[in-house]
Amino acid sequence: MLTNETVAQDIIQQFGDAVSDFDDPFDLLTLTVTREQLIPLLQYLKDHKTFQISFLTDITAVHYPDSPGREFCVVYHAHSLINNYRIRLKVYLSNEDLHVPTATVLYESANWMERETFDYFGILFDGHPKLERILNMEEMDYHPMRKEYPLEDGTRRDKIDALFGR
Amino acid sequence: MVTEDLSIDAVGARNTPATPEGPIQYVNELTTLNLGPTHPATHGIFQNILQMDGEKIVSGEQTVGYIHRAFEKIAERRPFYQITTLTDRMNYCSSPINNFGWHMTVEKLLGVQVPKRAQYIRVIMMELARIADHLICNGILGVDTGAFTGFLYLFEQREEIYEIYEEVCGARLTTNMGRIGGMERDLSPEAIRKIRKFIKDFPPVMREFENLFNRNRIFMDRVIDVGPISAERALNYGFTGPNLRAAGVDYDVRVMNPYSSYEDFEFDIPVGKSGDTYDRFMVRNEEIWQSLRIVEQALENLPEGPYFADAPEYYLPPKQEVYKNMEALIYHFKIVMGEIDAPAGEVYHAVEGGNGELGFYLISDGGRAPYRLHFRRPCFIYYQAFPEMCKGTTLSDAIVIMSSLNVIAGELDA
Repeated sequence: MLTNETVAQDIIQQFGDAVSDFDDPFDLLTLTVTREQLIPLLQYLKDHKTFQISFLTDITAVHYPDSPGREFCVVYHAHSLINNYRIRLKVYLSNEDLHVPTATVLYESANWMERETFDYFGILFDGHPKLERILNMEEMDYHPMRKEYPLEDGTRRDKIDALFGR
Repeated sequence: MVTEDLSIDAVGARNTPATPEGPIQYVNELTTLNLGPTHPATHGIFQNILQMDGEKIVSGEQTVGYIHRAFEKIAERRPFYQITTLTDRMNYCSSPINNFGWHMTVEKLLGVQVPKRAQYIRVIMMELARIADHLICNGILGVDTGAFTGFLYLFEQREEIYEIYEEVCGARLTTNMGRIGGMERDLSPEAIRKIRKFIKDFPPVMREFENLFNRNRIFMDRVIDVGPISAERALNYGFTGPNLRAAGVDYDVRVMNPYSSYEDFEFDIPVGKSGDTYDRFMVRNEEIWQSLRIVEQALENLPEGPYFADAPEYYLPPKQEVYKNMEALIYHFKIVMGEIDAPAGEVYHAVEGGNGELGFYLISDGGRAPYRLHFRRPCFIYYQAFPEMCKGTTLSDAIVIMSSLNVIAGELDA
């Protein structure tokens, strides 16, 4: 059984300053990695003799408009089917520079996950074979999951946020 | 199905035997075939643009998103209990699994411990849902290979499952079953009677279905070695669920990370070998039997006790109480108006859906709606492999491969 402690120690030893913000909400090791070291880290976890974290579960992103310099967070979930161990990697990006290297070099499954993330948030995955919208239509000129696009019609007067505690 | 000749690369003449009119021109020409968006054989709305060389598929490209409904965006403005109705509409062939998966995610965030009885009822409903899901997939695989009979037999039994849903939650397709903190109501005697009847009536039908298909020469010729995928490629493509198990990897969330008391039950995980259409079919068939085993065990050992957790802030109080009791009235009002603040936190919870690992990634900032909710939909991830799987096969095989992958449009597009 892998413990969060051993994995975290090993990663720190290998990547040093490139990884930070270790946490384990609900016992799932979460860490932040720099954009440059993301693919090397994924590769390292995949090829590691004991960890064998070689299954990419999910890629998505989160928008934090109120944290300057770290507006976007791309979240990777990976899984070791051998050790039954999950890990969550985060890459923070600033509003001006939304480039992340693609994970399709390691996982075919990353292809559509990255396209979906691009579609929703406009994150640019460098080196992606076909970075196009996937769920929304091509003509759309914005990325709808960003927080600046509120869901409800702002002109409506009968739905005042304050009344609903939002 | 629309066929159009686009004369992509007219390469010119190969062997040119002379005729009185001059040499015969053989033109290598690819045909573009639009399979979908609305084609009965795709069982859902998504398009495949296939490049065909005669009957052979050279390459394929998919277009998805025809029923994209922006659930993740909608969820950011809804109280937690109202998101259940969104999850119904993802894999609509096995809605209860989605519902309970979402409830369990929220319960994990809130730290609510659900009583054993509710967990067992959930297991019963989730396994019935899995049976219904696999029945559709395998029944339709029969139809796609030209055998309507099996489909018809199975759908009669699937109807029985839907009757059970109706008894348990009042709805049939988009079930909205259960509540955060447990079940909305206890299993009624009528529901238990119906489940027992199903356990008794279903096996003969399933056996007949298997007799019709499993060793059927025509069927085997159509599906064996069609669309095989190796375990390595399947893992690389993010396969989960029966499709991955057919390739020989015994990954099942129910066993690896047991939730809702799955560790109490005894069942086997069937695995295939070559990952072809026949293996996928057989794995699903066997899973139906295993699910039935779980339902039997859960019903036999159904614990007594409450069917909902003691979580007044999240679980609606009984209606009689609301009329008489001030506390209950307040909680009722607060829950219905969505005025309950959830604790801040970050959760990933996965359940074994009909098609594989159905994950919910929930970030709560302490507000009344999720800050961000992401669904890991198994269909969306493994459907990417379709062009690779159908490359070099014929169109009729491609239909069978797609059918055996069980791509559900609602889950694909969310």
